[in-house]
Amino acid sequence: MATDTSAPPTRRTADDDLAAGLDALETPIAAPRSSVWRAAWRAVWPVLAALGALLVVWQVAYLLELKPPYALPSPADTWHTLLGTIQDGSAWRAVTLSVQRAAVGFSMSVVVGVAIGVALAASPLLRRAFGPIITGLQSLPSVAWVPAAIIWFQLTDATMYAVILLGAVPSIVNGLLAGTDQVPPLYLRVGRVLGATGWTRIRFVLLPAALPGFLGGLKQGWAFAWRSLMAAELIVQTGLGTGLGQILDLGRVTSDMSLVIASIGLIFLVGIVIELVVFAPLERHVLHSRGLTGQASAR
Amino acid sequence: MTTTVTAVDGQGSTAPAAVAARLTGVTHHFGEASRPPVLDRIDLTVAPGEFVCLLGASGCGKSTLLSLVAGLDQPVSGTVEVPGGRPALMFQEPALYPWLTAAGNVELALRLRGVARAERREEAQRLLTLVRLEGSGPKRVHELSGGMRQRVALARALAQEGDLLLMDEPFAALDAITRDVLHEELTRIWTETGRAVIFVTHNVREAVRLGQRVVLLSSRPGRVAREWSVDIPQPRRIDDPDVSRLSAEITEDLRQEIARHGH
Ligand SMILES: Nc1ncnc2c1ncn2[C@@H]1O[C@H](COP(=O)(O)OP(=O)(O)OP(=O)(O)O)[C@@H](O)[C@H]1O
Ligand SMILES: [Mg+2]
Repeated sequence: MATDTSAPPTRRTADDDLAAGLDALETPIAAPRSSVWRAAWRAVWPVLAALGALLVVWQVAYLLELKPPYALPSPADTWHTLLGTIQDGSAWRAVTLSVQRAAVGFSMSVVVGVAIGVALAASPLLRRAFGPIITGLQSLPSVAWVPAAIIWFQLTDATMYAVILLGAVPSIVNGLLAGTDQVPPLYLRVGRVLGATGWTRIRFVLLPAALPGFLGGLKQGWAFAWRSLMAAELIVQTGLGTGLGQILDLGRVTSDMSLVIASIGLIFLVGIVIELVVFAPLERHVLHSRGLTGQASAR
Repeated sequence: MTTTVTAVDGQGSTAPAAVAARLTGVTHHFGEASRPPVLDRIDLTVAPGEFVCLLGASGCGKSTLLSLVAGLDQPVSGTVEVPGGRPALMFQEPALYPWLTAAGNVELALRLRGVARAERREEAQRLLTLVRLEGSGPKRVHELSGGMRQRVALARALAQEGDLLLMDEPFAALDAITRDVLHEELTRIWTETGRAVIFVTHNVREAVRLGQRVVLLSSRPGRVAREWSVDIPQPRRIDDPDVSRLSAEITEDLRQEIARHGH
């Protein structure tokens, strides 16, 4: 055996190698990986089939002229309008502006929501006092805040962010509380034995232990942030650039139903893409690294 | 029965280092008081540097006793004194944090103890090597087998400071050879650091192999039923004739104790 000077001074005996051999016996064997593409296809085809069915229903309704064509355009017309907005770049500008606003607003909501959530998780009295109010706020449509936000902040970005915060923070706070409630008591006892108190207890035990439950709250928080932003953009028309909500309202003002449907499609698509690109991988990473997923899917 | 307020610290009259732990009239029960208590007026003193093994039938209150000594729960009555500060505790379940790697779990204990970042890595690696897991530091908890988890938990308990080390069936999930190796290491660490140890086990031979004193706890109510002092010099081996003889004697008593209380 080569001399290993960095090795700590523990005595090595023949038993060690034997023990290591037994370790190898008891190490779990990695489960075989199934094909990534097959798994993806299994997830995707029912969605595609459902979308196809909806398109067929829409086309049939158009052919039957359930509504006049200006009120119910054909899927093809709508597709052309959508392509037009994509080609002249307005769709891309609107999507990036809205996503940027939502991302900034959501990030602020996470900071504020975690701060409030930690305070409520740490203090039963605070939680009894503010918990019901925050749960109540969660069921209040954030569009209700738009008039107030306009009065406070006029037509500035602050209005958007205020509405996003009021929409997203309650979900994030409640998600964090749900996460901390589910932390196994044993983890907290271990933390006490290790001497984690006060802030170190929150930082090294409570928050990481609550993360899997908290992810649901984050996802819901994002959904609320996105919805709140759309509500605010729909109502606030002037002076703040053209986001997706503003394009949607432009469709209403110009009675351009295909533009309305195209913008709804874009809003919907952004929601799905963010879920797929940000939250699904995050969730998979967190659960996978803790061995909480049953499948041996790719990382 | 009078209920006394629990004092965790030594009370003026006793010199701080005179005992590692002292339990006086400790009674504990969960829920209603009408049922026989889990622990009934336990008196137990552990001297500094002493190695005490705790034996007893399943459910007799061994884990409960350790959590009282660790200060995780307060006894219903009686006092628990641990003058040397917060003891290190190795739980019966490995109870590692799944969001950390094996090394990360050990490093967290060091970090909460205030060990500087530069030393943490090295010290964690040293402790993992001690429990024969030098290659498993970067592994996640769910990638470890039950016995490996127990050894990481042992490394984490050793990473805590404190004059008292509480261990709850630490080697239950290990094969005989690894257990032998760790018995040797534990004896060595105990001799070198001079920590007191309270070691819970079901295995009489293990108790005799390791302990200076073996305490038998009866069940329902949990009382100190008998004590033996083990005067066999260390290093011992688990198959020494002296160890076998005393083990047989204790096993006989244990069998009677278990028979008396149903199962
Ligand atoms: N949190 C609890 N609530 C109610 N009863 C409990 C609780 N914890 C332990 N008990 C009861 O207290 C008794 C002693 O439990 P304890 O875990 O201390 O046993 P033990 O001696 O460690 O057993 P084992 O050897 O199986 O680990 C048991 O009868 C158990 O049912
Ligand atoms: Mg137990």
